[in-house]
Amino acid sequence: MGRGALLNLRGLGQSLMMLAEATVFLPMTLGRRQRSEVFTQLYVTGIKSLGVITIVAAFTGMILALQTGLELRRFGLQQNIGTAVTVVMLREMGPFMTALIVAASVGSAIAAQVGTMVVSEEISALEIMSINPVRFLVTPRLLALALMMPILTIYTNILGIAGGALVGATQLQVSFQAYIDNAQLYAENKDLYVGLLKAFVFGIVIATTACHQGFIATEGAVGVGQATRRTVIIAFLVILVLGYMLTRLFYR
Amino acid sequence: MIRFENVTKRLGSRNVLDGFDMEVKVGEALVICGPSGMGKSVTLKHMVRLLTPDSGRVMVGDDCVSEARGRELERIRSRFGVLFQSGALLQWLSAGENVALPLREHTNMSDTEIERLAREKLRMVELEDAFDRAPSDLSGGMRKRVALARAIVTNPEIVLYDEPTSGLDPVTSRTVDELIDHLRKQLGITSVVVTHDLHSALAIGDRIAMLHNGKAVEVSAPAEFINSKNEVVRGFLEAQYITRRGPWEEGLQK
Ligand SMILES: Nc1ncnc2c1ncn2[C@@H]1O[C@H](COP(=O)(O)OP(=O)(O)OP(=O)(O)O)[C@@H](O)[C@H]1O
Ligand SMILES: [Mg+2]
Repeated sequence: MGRGALLNLRGLGQSLMMLAEATVFLPMTLGRRQRSEVFTQLYVTGIKSLGVITIVAAFTGMILALQTGLELRRFGLQQNIGTAVTVVMLREMGPFMTALIVAASVGSAIAAQVGTMVVSEEISALEIMSINPVRFLVTPRLLALALMMPILTIYTNILGIAGGALVGATQLQVSFQAYIDNAQLYAENKDLYVGLLKAFVFGIVIATTACHQGFIATEGAVGVGQATRRTVIIAFLVILVLGYMLTRLFYR
Repeated sequence: MIRFENVTKRLGSRNVLDGFDMEVKVGEALVICGPSGMGKSVTLKHMVRLLTPDSGRVMVGDDCVSEARGRELERIRSRFGVLFQSGALLQWLSAGENVALPLREHTNMSDTEIERLAREKLRMVELEDAFDRAPSDLSGGMRKRVALARAIVTNPEIVLYDEPTSGLDPVTSRTVDELIDHLRKQLGITSVVVTHDLHSALAIGDRIAMLHNGKAVEVSAPAEFINSKNEVVRGFLEAQYITRRGPWEEGLQK
């Protein structure tokens, strides 16, 4: 138990060091030859997760609307689901759901890729060619995830809010117009920005965790499998805890 | 050129190198033989500091690679080309892009110039057609040859080959042997070749080193190597003679 905690602390230290190093290489990555890799990663990140995000986002909004709507209807307040769904999506569920999906789809893929590179000596090959693996692999992925997470979150928010509106109109007799008016009345810009900040932070968490787990992968397919599994678990936990802390920071 | 001075390296639960001394001379081709798992790849990795000795040191010319750091280490590594045992091509780049990678990262050459050089090296390994193909579409032997092209694309002084011909058919094996020989003779590249294949070893080696239990138990020219009295060397030679008789004869004897 004590040893496990110590290992986790060391892992955290290594991850943060790697994150710092990757950040140092940011200006270089935006240079001519590396820029295309960032675009590739942006594209891959978007494409890999878009399908699942679409479904999850819509249903998250629909569930939110249905659950809160049914309760509010008992008090005759169901017209307020517009606010309820929008605020919860913007502040919490948008970034959170997006992050979980991206961690599971993109994060695990990064861990598998980097892990495979470690065990097949590709990282060693980079080193002897004096190509810094952190600059070459981590920085573009970090940048792509940090940029893509807020973009995907906006998409999730829109779909979630639309899903809520759909349920409102079909099952709770809240017209589309009433839903939107209500949402605009109470949701603030701050809700959107805090959510996007979370998304940005989650993107960094996912990229860092995935790359770090990939780098420490051990020999063989078992090692790579373990790296992907750990990435998903660790990223989920960190996203959950950090998400709570960020909420505490901005809403008290 | 490369000198191991009393190097000891513990990996797992045993000393893979144990008071290891060996020298590679300028311009020569040194072949390293030895049973599987005896530390041949580990030896190569020490030369480019992918592994660091527990004690002793590794010199490359006047530079101590086992103690170098940062820019100094980059400079030493830039003198090397390395063909890894597994090839180690980047999977998401095409064969041509893999070969071009060291030039793209470290030179200011134009894209057309880089492509021209990459094609030229691929032609040397008879794979010019594979320029645009992904490594996953190539056979094991082809990947190895692409990796060989990448190892020599920067025209390094020293090239390390980890089993360049394993997994290749006999004809291609000889082509690769000839290429290694050609690079050494024409360009004066110092070569270190790890191989199980004694035919290759005798053909291309100026000297052959036999690794056993963490030491180089025999380092000698091919003619002496064949007549060595060392038991390990004899065992290795005899094992290869048996395979040379062909599996069908073994089958008949049973
Ligand atoms: N990173 C490592 N961690 C732990 N043990 C290692 C590591 N690398 C190599 N070894 C061990 O060192 C020994 C020598 O390995 P090495 O790869 O040098 O063998 P080899 O002579 O190249 O064999 P082969 O002909 O099969 O390639 C092996 O017993 C191996 O298990
Ligand atoms: Mg080996």
